[in-house]
Amino acid sequence: MPDLTINGTKHDLDVDPDMPLLWVLRDHVDLTGTKFGCGIAQCGACTIHLDGTPVLACVTPVAAAEGARITTIEGVAGPVADAVREAWAAREVAQCGYCQPGQIMAAISLLTENPHPNDADIDAAMEGNICRCGTYQRIRAAIHDAAAKLG
Amino acid sequence: MLFKPLPSPSRRRFLQGGAAVGGALVIGTFAHFGRDKAAASPQSRRFDPPTAPNAFVRIAADDTVTVIVKHLDMGQGIATGLSTIVADELDADWPQVRFAFAPADAKLYNNLAWGPAQGTGQSTAIANSWIQLRKAGAAARAMLVAAAAAEWDVPAEEIVVARGMIRHEASGRASGFGAFAEKASALPVPQEPSLKSPGQWTLIGKHAPRIDTADKHAGRALYSGDIRRPGMLIAMVAHPPRFGARLRGFDDAATRAVPGVVDVVAIPTGVAVLARDTWSAMKGRDALDVTWDESRAETRSTEDLLAEYRAMAKTRGVTASRKGDAAGAMGRAAQVIEAEYDLPHLAHAAMEPLNVVIERRADGGYEAWGAFQLPTIDQASAAAILGVTPDRVALNTVFSGGSFGRRASPQADWFSEAAHILKASGERAPIRLVWTREDDMRAGHFRPLVHHRVRLGLDAQGLPLAWEQSIVGKSILIGTPFEALIINGVDASSVEGATEPPYAIPNLRVEAHNARDQVPVLWWRSVGHSHTAHVLETMIDEAAFAAGEDPVAYRLKLLAEAPREAAVLRVAAEQAGWGAAMPEGHGRGVAVHRSFGSCVAMAAEVSFGAEGMRVRRIVAAVDCGVAVNPDNIRAQVEGSVGFALATVLREKVTLRDGIVQETNFDAYRPTRISEMPVVETHILASAEEPTGMGEPAVPPLAPAICNAIFAATGKRVRSLPVDPAILGGV
Repeated sequence: MPDLTINGTKHDLDVDPDMPLLWVLRDHVDLTGTKFGCGIAQCGACTIHLDGTPVLACVTPVAAAEGARITTIEGVAGPVADAVREAWAAREVAQCGYCQPGQIMAAISLLTENPHPNDADIDAAMEGNICRCGTYQRIRAAIHDAAAKLG
Repeated sequence: MLFKPLPSPSRRRFLQGGAAVGGALVIGTFAHFGRDKAAASPQSRRFDPPTAPNAFVRIAADDTVTVIVKHLDMGQGIATGLSTIVADELDADWPQVRFAFAPADAKLYNNLAWGPAQGTGQSTAIANSWIQLRKAGAAARAMLVAAAAAEWDVPAEEIVVARGMIRHEASGRASGFGAFAEKASALPVPQEPSLKSPGQWTLIGKHAPRIDTADKHAGRALYSGDIRRPGMLIAMVAHPPRFGARLRGFDDAATRAVPGVVDVVAIPTGVAVLARDTWSAMKGRDALDVTWDESRAETRSTEDLLAEYRAMAKTRGVTASRKGDAAGAMGRAAQVIEAEYDLPHLAHAAMEPLNVVIERRADGGYEAWGAFQLPTIDQASAAAILGVTPDRVALNTVFSGGSFGRRASPQADWFSEAAHILKASGERAPIRLVWTREDDMRAGHFRPLVHHRVRLGLDAQGLPLAWEQSIVGKSILIGTPFEALIINGVDASSVEGATEPPYAIPNLRVEAHNARDQVPVLWWRSVGHSHTAHVLETMIDEAAFAAGEDPVAYRLKLLAEAPREAAVLRVAAEQAGWGAAMPEGHGRGVAVHRSFGSCVAMAAEVSFGAEGMRVRRIVAAVDCGVAVNPDNIRAQVEGSVGFALATVLREKVTLRDGIVQETNFDAYRPTRISEMPVVETHILASAEEPTGMGEPAVPPLAPAICNAIFAATGKRVRSLPVDPAILGGV
């Protein structure tokens, strides 16, 4: 039913319109980079972009995404995404890595909106993304690095 | 007995044990060379188990070096650490190094610290692999050199290997590893290859970037929830709301009417719904009407359990440790500090809720994909359920979205549940068992709820004279296959960290009480140390103040026989600017603790302002022997702070009438980025054999912070999480 554009590719899927986008991506499109952490919009592991805006796929019904540009960790691209990935690599941020796709998607949104975030801006933008491994110090540093790189 | 106990990881005993088992392992090959394709890379969807399962190293014709990693990487960076050790002795170039998780094989990939069992825990991964993998890398290098010497007809001694290249300067010959892989594989494996001296290391102690970050940052890294098998069904289980309840009956008519639902089966742990996708399984489970027999279920609340624990603490327990005459000396004490601590059930709450994939193979065996932390137990548990021998259950280990101990279940609870579902569903399709966050939180296997009762007697100079401690908590081992490890009624995992304090305390008696209730408990990052260190380090702080002495100076005075603890404490205090003036409302506190062979000291700085208490800075000093990968050690310290901070601020699991109250991250609230303090890590130079860092930075955090709270406010914090009235604003 819903006609979806995911990472630039159109998908015609026969799924329950109430199904959260998370499960559409993971079970029906086989894009597994977007992770399931809580199912109630508390952890940010499922952060994706809908028309460039960060949303939590675990509570977004697929029907709400019809006609929108859906971007996942597998498809996110451009100078900001490159700078964020480069900074994440240089800081060796990931430990278990499970939350990092969501962290990276949130960071890309932040830097797209605000190219020079201060620590309070970073707190506000990243507060919804839990990392149980506690990589926050490196996430913060990587965001500052990426901002500096983007100029 | 499957696991050898390692209650007190004394270095000497460890080395003796390691050498014995390691000696047996030397028979056979360390290294396997060949034309077979490089091992399945983490980003590949194929999971070819190594063709030579006794190998730790594989060198392919394309020059790639694949290190077979026998431990689970849960985020602690062990894939990088173990690969670093092999690559250094092999003189490989880091970019040519890959890794693959080992298959389940207790003979080849056992944890040398445990005996004949494969598994990851007790921060043993680096320590038990250290010599084994250095020899593996060195043997492979020697074989490459021998092959090149024969081919080039030059003396082996004249060949130099560096950064992945084999060279003979006089003849001007040079080659990568791949060209000699096949010839080298035909040569005998040197049993005692010479190992590098520390001065020759090129990667160990330097910077080898993490081997797994690129895939993780790209969303390509595979976790078991990402594995899809042909025809696979998603299974979700309705579990009873109370521990110990059993299935009485269920009506699945509404469930079977949900589109996508394929089957509903009863299993020992509840009712499983099998569906074509996750959403259908969730909806199907929601539609189930299940009745439970709660006649033997746990119906008590946390307060009820604590009341029992407190009463037990006042009775005589089993002796866990004894030195001198604590009772007699207590009578002579000039002053006695008495304290009680309540430390809550804690959930591992790894980011990835538990899940696993299992299927029946055409040959009648079984194959599974999961983050197996105790492969030997996991394999045996599933095999028993499925009615085959363990070798008929092939395990493919994938990345783990955290664990903190949860995946090391002595009963393999989550994997056993998957095996039961496969069996009950007729084994007709592969299944992926999926737990939601709520399933994960309600299943228990918590860090035990613990009550400590302590009396510390000081002499006229304020120095410790007598220590009496009673520790009450549920044993992790009782009722599991590891129960045989309990010695004289004492489960070492309940009292570790308390039995041998590093401080000069002439008279000591530590008693343990094994509480009986139905709440499943499990090792949680740093296990017993997670509570014993808090008690010891806050009590010593109280003693320092009672004696009118500086907490660092007081500790150092008592650490004459514990030079490693003293050294890290000195460095942490120095780097934190201990003693320097602080603004009003700020405070510093310290703690030091040794666990799993590694010593960590932390100095915490807190401040109290309009928004309440804030932990501003943690300065850590670490002695973990040789620092194999210093940046990863720093990452583990930072991560341990982030992980454990919320246990100080608010994390606790509570039961009301037997029902878990905190079932998701809205109620069980981990540390968020805005709360993360600045963490500085100082690694002490050491020539000792390396010990682990996955856990040892957890224990000192809570006491360091609580001691800082006292310095800032004059209020003593004992129980955790800290009373919100003290924290203010949080």
